[in-house]
Amino acid sequence: MPILIVSTALFFIGMFGLFTRRNMITMLMAIELMLNSVNINFVAFNKYLFPDKLNGLFFTLFIIAIAAAEAAVAIAIIINLYRSHTSIDVEDASEMKF
Amino acid sequence: MMINNFFILLRQELVITAIIFILLFIKLGKDKSNESLLHIINVLLFVNLLIGFFPMLEGGLFNSMFATNKLVVLEKNILNFAFWIISLQSYAWLKTHKHVIEFYILLLSSLLGMFFLLSSDHLLMFYVGLEMSTIPLAAAANFDLTKRQSSEAALKLIISSAFSSSLLLLGISFLYGTTGTLILSDIGSHLSYNPLQIFAFILFISGFAFKISAVPFHLWTADVYEGAPIAVTAFLSVLSKSAVLFAFISILYKAFASLSSMWYLVLIVLSMATILIGNLFALRQENMKRFLAFSSIAQVGFILIGISGGSHQGSSSLIYFILIYVFSNLAAFGVLSLVSALTGKESIQDFKGFYKNNPTLSWVLTIALFSLAGVPPTAGFFGKLFLLMAGAAKGNYWIIAIAALNMVISFYYYLRVVKAIFMDENDQPIEKLSIPIYPKIAMFICIAGIILTGFLTVVYDYINSLSISL
Repeated sequence: MPILIVSTALFFIGMFGLFTRRNMITMLMAIELMLNSVNINFVAFNKYLFPDKLNGLFFTLFIIAIAAAEAAVAIAIIINLYRSHTSIDVEDASEMKF
Repeated sequence: MMINNFFILLRQELVITAIIFILLFIKLGKDKSNESLLHIINVLLFVNLLIGFFPMLEGGLFNSMFATNKLVVLEKNILNFAFWIISLQSYAWLKTHKHVIEFYILLLSSLLGMFFLLSSDHLLMFYVGLEMSTIPLAAAANFDLTKRQSSEAALKLIISSAFSSSLLLLGISFLYGTTGTLILSDIGSHLSYNPLQIFAFILFISGFAFKISAVPFHLWTADVYEGAPIAVTAFLSVLSKSAVLFAFISILYKAFASLSSMWYLVLIVLSMATILIGNLFALRQENMKRFLAFSSIAQVGFILIGISGGSHQGSSSLIYFILIYVFSNLAAFGVLSLVSALTGKESIQDFKGFYKNNPTLSWVLTIALFSLAGVPPTAGFFGKLFLLMAGAAKGNYWIIAIAALNMVISFYYYLRVVKAIFMDENDQPIEKLSIPIYPKIAMFICIAGIILTGFLTVVYDYINSLSISL
């Protein structure tokens, strides 16, 4: 299924972005990409393999809602971190190591 | 009938929701002093703990999304108990804090998420419960708003937990694609060694390994534990870890039973790496919180050995060990939170000569560390013994040899702290601390638990009678 290729590519683009980007907001966006690739997976499986039930679609709705909640908390944390560090580069938030 | 079931089966969740609402109304009303608030909250939490012990029905709700039985109720009672102890211990810290109610609302909603996680029989419920238990915790980790380390810890927690849950979700989506069902008890019959399912399972287990901080997914643990306030650290290391472990074992034994020959190997490798690396890193820690973080990583390694046995004994020894772990870890955190709240000191250096002015606290900390290390008269020894016995059931005795070697390493760093407390000289030891009544109760219960749980066979027999197996 070509859709699975799209979603898997999207997932790993997101993962790559999470590991390479140093800006916290961009890292959050990368995580959203990963979650959205999972959404595509669910919708595709539901439409083509199990069209008689709506399990996958409902799961997608929940993922979207929870991702929004997660982003809200993460952005609140980043704002608070910006107040004390005056930067949103992750390299600056590295006081604790090993 | 339906309504009746709703109130009986969801009782513990409803009580916690009610407490959250009561706290919200108190927040809306006029300001009360922190002390009277803490009295009210501790009494409410105690009532919440007691309500869990009333007899309970077994059954499911909402098209079997939510299922409960005696084992789940027992696990929830353990979590409730641990939360009550944490609340008692953080009295000294919260007494002067500005945001007491918010603190409890965050942690209680996380606890509620854990309850739904434990009762889930459907992957949707499972995912919602898991997220509900981690997102408030990230906010709680940032609770000291002005501390730099606190916000760094919260950032690390939220990013790594979001990453791990997206791995878990990818696993769930592949499971859904290959089996066509999301109900946990049905998934088992659809599983074969299909490559996509194995990939899904690997993603699933790595998502879990992040949450229980098994090596190689442990890197966030120490930083988050160090940066977060001690009450939140205790919550993370005891409650959230044990809730995820309970869910982990029930999913492994119920849903993935047919893949057991594969996850056996995965768990063995994970547990060996976890014990070894957890122990080696614990050797070089100077901060007490980081030290306990790595020691808790090593404990998870032992727990994984027990789970890998896959037997009835595996699950009962896990629950038994977690009960003991709650007692011993919380006793240690109780002393730490008291010292940190009253003096602000957290490093091992500061604990030198601690015995001179604070003999009681020193003994509490020592007994807790002995129990974590597994010295015989304390309950920690029996917990580890049962775990290793469950792990050895498949005849892999070299695992036991490695675990035993690691226990020797762990003695070194636990005893290093004990040596600092009792033997090392210090010009300025921590002065005599007055212990408020609530932490005193909590420490007394923890010490009683550490000493008695090992000898009361009733406890183990009861857990054993409820346990599940492959």
